[in-house]
Amino acid sequence: MDDDPQLFDYMLRLADNGIVLAQRLGEWVGKGPALEEDIALTNVGLDLLGQGRMWLAYAREIEARYAPPGRGEDALAFLRDGGEFRNLLLVEQPNGNYADTMARQFLFDQWHLMLLGALAGSKDARIAAIAAKAAKEVRYHLERSADWMIRLGDGTELSHRRAQDAVDALWVYTGEMFSVDAIERGLVAAGVAADAASLRDPWRSAVAAVFDEASLAMPGDGWMQGASGRGGKQGIHTEHLGHMLAEMQIVARSHPGARW
Amino acid sequence: MYAQMVDTGVSKVQDVAQMTPEERAFQDRIDADVKVEPKDWMPEAYRRTLIRQIQQHAHSEIVGMLPEGNWITRAPSLQRKATLMAKVQDEGGHGLYLYCAAETLGVSRDAMIADLHAGRVKYSSIFNYPTLTWADIGTIGWLVDGAAIMNQIPLCRCSYGPYARAMIRVCKEESFHQRQGYDIMLALCRGTPEQKAMAQDALNRWWWPSLMMFGPPDAASVHSAQSARWKIKLLSNDELRQRFVDQTVPQADYLGLAVPDDRLAWNAERGHYDFGEIDWQEFHEVIKGNGPCNRERMQTRIKAWEDGAWVREAALAHAEKHAARERHAA
Repeated sequence: MDDDPQLFDYMLRLADNGIVLAQRLGEWVGKGPALEEDIALTNVGLDLLGQGRMWLAYAREIEARYAPPGRGEDALAFLRDGGEFRNLLLVEQPNGNYADTMARQFLFDQWHLMLLGALAGSKDARIAAIAAKAAKEVRYHLERSADWMIRLGDGTELSHRRAQDAVDALWVYTGEMFSVDAIERGLVAAGVAADAASLRDPWRSAVAAVFDEASLAMPGDGWMQGASGRGGKQGIHTEHLGHMLAEMQIVARSHPGARW
Repeated sequence: MYAQMVDTGVSKVQDVAQMTPEERAFQDRIDADVKVEPKDWMPEAYRRTLIRQIQQHAHSEIVGMLPEGNWITRAPSLQRKATLMAKVQDEGGHGLYLYCAAETLGVSRDAMIADLHAGRVKYSSIFNYPTLTWADIGTIGWLVDGAAIMNQIPLCRCSYGPYARAMIRVCKEESFHQRQGYDIMLALCRGTPEQKAMAQDALNRWWWPSLMMFGPPDAASVHSAQSARWKIKLLSNDELRQRFVDQTVPQADYLGLAVPDDRLAWNAERGHYDFGEIDWQEFHEVIKGNGPCNRERMQTRIKAWEDGAWVREAALAHAEKHAARERHAA
């Protein structure tokens, strides 16, 4: 198809969100605030990694169509530089404290579930199938992260302050989730991609409802990082991604051509 | 082995003649392979010993998440990363069942964690060694989980019902862990010369600490004898160690790796491998807290616990407020 390079790019956006956020959640292993939380964070990370791999598998097929033979899964994950990653700026933000991690998760999960809902209606049957499968997992992720926003917002004075600080700090990265560039516009017109801009209002209402129960204030919408077509989806990241990739890719890159 | 040198609180195995009628009835039930359940009467020493044993085992699972978790962010392929995350998550799950099994004996999880952090209760010596390369992750799965299975399969038949049942579940997952570890080693040994060298280096470092996991030689252990009588330890340290060596050496041969022991040789007469002397001084130093990572492992656990305090407090405070609101609304 003519728009294969665009579709490949779009698949990387979906795949990289999963891979990068799973990498962040993997950093928590053994260090969670309670054993149950440790297990749950790893569980969510595993789901996201699995989803990332499903999107990556489709991305590989698409790339092989227009640039044969295409690259393998691990070449895409471990041999791309930061500028070739297409994840949202939000998911690469550092773990911080537990409120920072859960706020990042909640803001993303709420968008992710809505996005997958829209993608489940894609004219591309593969995209629709992966989205439908992933949505079942993400529904649980959202239930958990929304629950934590409420617990932390409503819990103690300290937890309330930390939750509010986390939301305030991460808010500038939420606008990018609803920005639509030329690549997405073409794919939306073809009925393949989800129209991210149409998710903004429902996302805001859903987030506001949870914040209301958590007694957290909705931050005002000011300047949004990466929302102007120069953000993570276009390969322009925050400084954090480079460090994350340095760690993630070190072994694979130290042994070119090795199989593991 | 995940529980080493468990103190039974006795200085010699209790003689039947010294037992009270209750104790004798209890021992008769154990001898008849009737499982002890939480509400049954049991001697205080049995209860205390089991609490120590199960909690050492639980702590080992939790501390054991750290050396392996150390490589989750650097796993060299997405497949390996996913498998390692799943494995470490399983270990957290094992810790959870085991804490629950110990709680049936009347001790709270918070109290057990406080005991760990204060150094009153140990965890397996093996987790005080560092994971320096990716091959260490393969070696831990192969040797450490292999040794754990060797010890835990008999424990599925131990006298205390909740512990035996937890072990059945744990063993199913551990055998999967061992296979994934061996699979990592196979890939390395079939890979580049650098990968093969990485595998050999890891075996060199982990072999002897793995043999130490089974604990000191039988001769010196009064606790082992009492625990055997209670059927909370079904095979002796030396028997288990021998089984492990017999099982593992052919696996190393298949990988084309050399076991780092000059005295290792098949003894046709015994039908077992003979092997060299274990450095028991090293073992006792690691148990005392002088292993390469003892301080770091405890610091990491304590920091996680302390850093998480405000989160646990928030969850409790919310639950209380929520319950109060429900009552008010009713």
